[in-house]
Amino acid sequence: MVKFQGVPHDSAHKHVTGEAIYVDDLPCPPGLLHLQPGLSKRAHAKITKLDLSAVRAAPGVVCVLTAKDIPGTNDVSPTGTNDDPVFAMDEVVYAGQAIFAVAATSLAAARHAATLAIIEYEDLPVILTIPDARAAKADLEPEQLMFMGSTEDALRFAPHVITGNLRVGGQDHFYLESQAAQCIPGEDGDMTLTSSTQHPSEAQHLIAHLLNKKIHDVRLVVRRMGGGFGGKETQAALIAAMTALASYKTGRPARLVLDRDDDMVMTGKRHDFEIDYKVGFDDRGQLSGIFLDLASRCGCSMDLSAAINDRAMFHADNAYFLNNADITSRRFRTNTVSNTAFRGFGGPQGMIAIERVMDAIALHLGKDPLEVRKVNLYNKMGRDFTPYGQRVMDNVAPQIIEDLEARADYAARRKAVRVFNDSHSYVRRGIALTPVKFGISFTTTFLNQAGALVHIYTDGSVHLNHGGTEMGQGLNTKIAQIVAEEFQIDFGKVKITATDTDKVPNTSATAASSGTDLNGMAAQRAAQTIKIRLVDFAARDAVCNAKDVVFENGHVRAGTKDWTFEALVKAAYMARISLSGAGFYATPDIHYDREKHTGTPFYYYAYGAALSEVEVDLLTGESRILRVDIVHDVGKSLNPALDIGQIEGGFVQGAGWLTSEELVFDDQGVLRTHAPSTYKIPACADRPPVFNVTLYEDGENTKDTIHKSKAVGEPPLMLAISVFSAITDAVASVGDYKTLPDLHAPATPEAILRAVTALQEGAKK
Amino acid sequence: MRDTICFILNGKTVEVQNPDPTLTLLNWLRRERALTGSKEGCAEGDCGACTVVIGDPDATPTWQALNACIAFLPTLDGKTVITVEGVAKDGALHPVQRALVEHHGSQCGFCTPGFVMSLYAHYRNNGAVDEETLNDVLAGNLCRCTGYSPIIRAAKAMYDYPKIDEIALARSAKQDTLALTMTDPLTGTKKKYFAPQSLEELAALYGDYPDATILAGGTDVGLWVTKRHAVLETLIDIGRVASFAKISQDKNGLTIWAGASYAAAHTALGDLHPTLGEMVRRIGSTQIRNAGTIGGNIANGSPIGDMPPPLIALGAELTLRKGETTRRMALEDYFIAYGQQDRRPGEFVESIFVPAMDPATRFAVYKVSKRFDQDISALCGAFFVRLQDGNVTEARLAFGGMAAIPARAKTAEAALIGKTWSEVNIRAAMSALAKDFTPLSDMRASAEYRLQTAQNLLWKFYLGEDAPYLAREVNRG
Repeated sequence: MVKFQGVPHDSAHKHVTGEAIYVDDLPCPPGLLHLQPGLSKRAHAKITKLDLSAVRAAPGVVCVLTAKDIPGTNDVSPTGTNDDPVFAMDEVVYAGQAIFAVAATSLAAARHAATLAIIEYEDLPVILTIPDARAAKADLEPEQLMFMGSTEDALRFAPHVITGNLRVGGQDHFYLESQAAQCIPGEDGDMTLTSSTQHPSEAQHLIAHLLNKKIHDVRLVVRRMGGGFGGKETQAALIAAMTALASYKTGRPARLVLDRDDDMVMTGKRHDFEIDYKVGFDDRGQLSGIFLDLASRCGCSMDLSAAINDRAMFHADNAYFLNNADITSRRFRTNTVSNTAFRGFGGPQGMIAIERVMDAIALHLGKDPLEVRKVNLYNKMGRDFTPYGQRVMDNVAPQIIEDLEARADYAARRKAVRVFNDSHSYVRRGIALTPVKFGISFTTTFLNQAGALVHIYTDGSVHLNHGGTEMGQGLNTKIAQIVAEEFQIDFGKVKITATDTDKVPNTSATAASSGTDLNGMAAQRAAQTIKIRLVDFAARDAVCNAKDVVFENGHVRAGTKDWTFEALVKAAYMARISLSGAGFYATPDIHYDREKHTGTPFYYYAYGAALSEVEVDLLTGESRILRVDIVHDVGKSLNPALDIGQIEGGFVQGAGWLTSEELVFDDQGVLRTHAPSTYKIPACADRPPVFNVTLYEDGENTKDTIHKSKAVGEPPLMLAISVFSAITDAVASVGDYKTLPDLHAPATPEAILRAVTALQEGAKK
Repeated sequence: MRDTICFILNGKTVEVQNPDPTLTLLNWLRRERALTGSKEGCAEGDCGACTVVIGDPDATPTWQALNACIAFLPTLDGKTVITVEGVAKDGALHPVQRALVEHHGSQCGFCTPGFVMSLYAHYRNNGAVDEETLNDVLAGNLCRCTGYSPIIRAAKAMYDYPKIDEIALARSAKQDTLALTMTDPLTGTKKKYFAPQSLEELAALYGDYPDATILAGGTDVGLWVTKRHAVLETLIDIGRVASFAKISQDKNGLTIWAGASYAAAHTALGDLHPTLGEMVRRIGSTQIRNAGTIGGNIANGSPIGDMPPPLIALGAELTLRKGETTRRMALEDYFIAYGQQDRRPGEFVESIFVPAMDPATRFAVYKVSKRFDQDISALCGAFFVRLQDGNVTEARLAFGGMAAIPARAKTAEAALIGKTWSEVNIRAAMSALAKDFTPLSDMRASAEYRLQTAQNLLWKFYLGEDAPYLAREVNRG
């Protein structure tokens, strides 16, 4: 049967032939209008003049949209904060904010016309950076505090206390398919949109509000995205809203596919952070307590920043018992694009903070960083509760680390690195092993629900639909496997269909790694509702007990009877049995009090560990990954090939975040790295040349998840923190492993050379 | 003269009369032919999602990956063009496609057609499948999902699958000179495009249209259109002038004609010095090097072009031509100021001469960028010295990214000439570099980093490290 097999992605064949259809590949409907937004060039300014007459008069232009054309609410904020206008009204709050959009008969015409706008601004004071915002007290929401014990007291008695800081840069999603949507108007003012979105229901709701319609008037369809990574969770709604507004104004179909540069300046990114710590520990490096301050640049609006920064706090322990902790979090408003969800959702920033602390302690004590990490791991002896009060019941970090250490020969290789470094003048190597513990569930509890719909047709073919969206992760493949398993039929008999708000309503975003956990369970239940009817029918027909009805290998056996699946379905239909079923799932056992930052926000944790070895050139600051070994826990894998794909891909994406991917805003707040020519995601040669990925053999979810599997979308990204620690280790050789390098992320050649130079100059003094 | 372009698309001859000369192949495929398999990921030749394969019996290699997003349609005239839709045959996947499916080489799938086409070109050229070669073949294809490992696993296995029928190499019959005219519907501009067939024809045309844009690989000009939305009135495409793409070598040195692509010149430059070969390998990507030319990299006068610094350091000379007249100058003298070159109206770059090195000379070039492959230099340093009895008799230290033009470090050179080749004198030259340059800070690097690294590169050169890059081999466990 298909369960637990590495079935290729359901669309793989279509990917390689070019037949897989993305939004901009749809055949153009008659009268299609192409949109091009006109963007603010200023980070914060009053619009004193907006003259669009030349735009309107340009060839091919059918209409020009501004905020005044919106019949309902000019807002696409995901949490009802009303601070994400589709079009700026009188004031712009970031460079790249949309002010208008042109709808024209061709894309070239729309783009040409958009350049003809005359916009005059009166500049207002700008807040661009975290230090700027801190000075201006520009908080989006009050400072948050998560604490346990008494850190003040703990540090008073700690044998060692050190302080330090770390700056961590943001990251552009760089999904290969830029944001895209198409709207087709229907009768009664209905709007049907095809959108590259992770969150069709939210776009549906926002567009209904935008156009003063009921939610049932708007339909969103998503077959697939060309990558999402969180970047199409909230940001896609803006693009979809513009097409819906164009269709509303003109009665014509409308399409908007963002130019890459526009996409990069218009849409949000991973939050950059500034982290300060003061940590107390004993001679073994075990923490007595920690003050940790996490400050982030949220950009011009709230978006999901509250939950993202909460998740940074939730993961500031990573896999470690902090003993006593005061974790504070500042969320700053700046005149930059509103930062948003990105794989890990704040978790990576919290996690790299504590990993930096581990490296700092090890260098302070002259110990192997892995030894320091190990003495701080959660364990059973009263050291199993998190700063937010959840007990860590499923901890496998120690076993995974032990497994990885042995597989990858940590001790011998660490020695070899030291030997290498003694014999080279300007090339240094570094090595680091870091764990990951990542909490699974939306921390906004109500989002942890999902629905699915399964039909069986009279020929035995199965139609599957659910609320999750496919962005490349193989969600549809896994869920089709689950349904096929339930009916014991071939994977190929289950038809995967586009996510559609008409089929499964009120869905949550495909986010928080939850796609399979939630939708897989809902799909299984949908299948089971039909299966129960089929079992009942078969038992009656065969005059046997329901428990004696067996689905196996495309057959159903009951008593002396044996049907093919198709025959049973046909017979059930003739007996007037319903062959359609809906399923619903809500994650049990989770709750969270956001006021106090306590509770059990996570259903379970996913674990992993990575060992990275790197090389650094002390003359230029260039670095390379030499080898990476990973052991990662996916529970009982639903599809090892897809799971390994998530681990390899997530790791490389994380390595990009921490090395070559640098977002540079100039002092006017204009993003200068807005295309692949200037923003460098990892290329083929940047992947680890030796890359050993192993699924944790004993993995099994202790909770009742779908077939005991674990979520895998986000956790592997944070395995790449080992690369940053390994670079830190390589640079620390310059100071004879006595001083923590002043290295910040991303560790570009420049950042590395600066850290190297500081150590060399420190040595001279 | 003819006004209809003609090429072979996926095995069938197509003709297009008077297309917009700057219509990109990608937009034509997607919008006019509904061939939507090729994707637009960036429209600037950096992501490779639009990659198609060109077959050209005169080119080496025969099958070349090309970025369709910045290739103007008329430049395909006469060629064989294969898109992702032309790879499978009667429903049977090509070995490259099968390998990618079975090795889980696609996730979101958006970049996949580009990977298929880069590998397809490599497959048809019978290319090697060691990791280093594959890294280079795929350097111009970005994938954000897989982390590349499964794609490499697929590529290594592609020859293991049974062969299928493939589209044959063909050349469209029409070979006379192409001259297109059309009126731009948005701006009313009358656009012209010429593709001369000989150097004489080119010189005469450029005499008639001295304001024309000379189009070679289009890896820069293409972006003027796709990114700056420039409307180009007259284009003279030098791609059909066969003699203009020559590379010749004698005992005095190497002559590269202005139409020679990076790919074509790669081997000859690598033979001059391994670091120069590696530098060329790191310019753009396979797709870019198949199209872009050394001449174009010089002619456009970019301060961060990677070819001028090593060529200046090697003492290269440039030949310009106007009509029948040619003019020769030291390459460094061509660059006057930012955006300003010593090129007179009607004059074009004809060839570059690189003198041969002898045993008394030492040379190396180093490129530093945020990413190793397919990135633009933060800075580039190229060093040439002649040593006689331990003394420096000649020195050319040339840098890119340090000034508004590619430039020599004259003060640092002076600090070396006549001195012994020693640590103390190198240190003095490194200090002198601070007098030669006041670099800018931008998104690629700060002024401080550029200067410090420039000094360190000179040190690295002194250490005699020809391999500017970090080790690639480690205990493969």
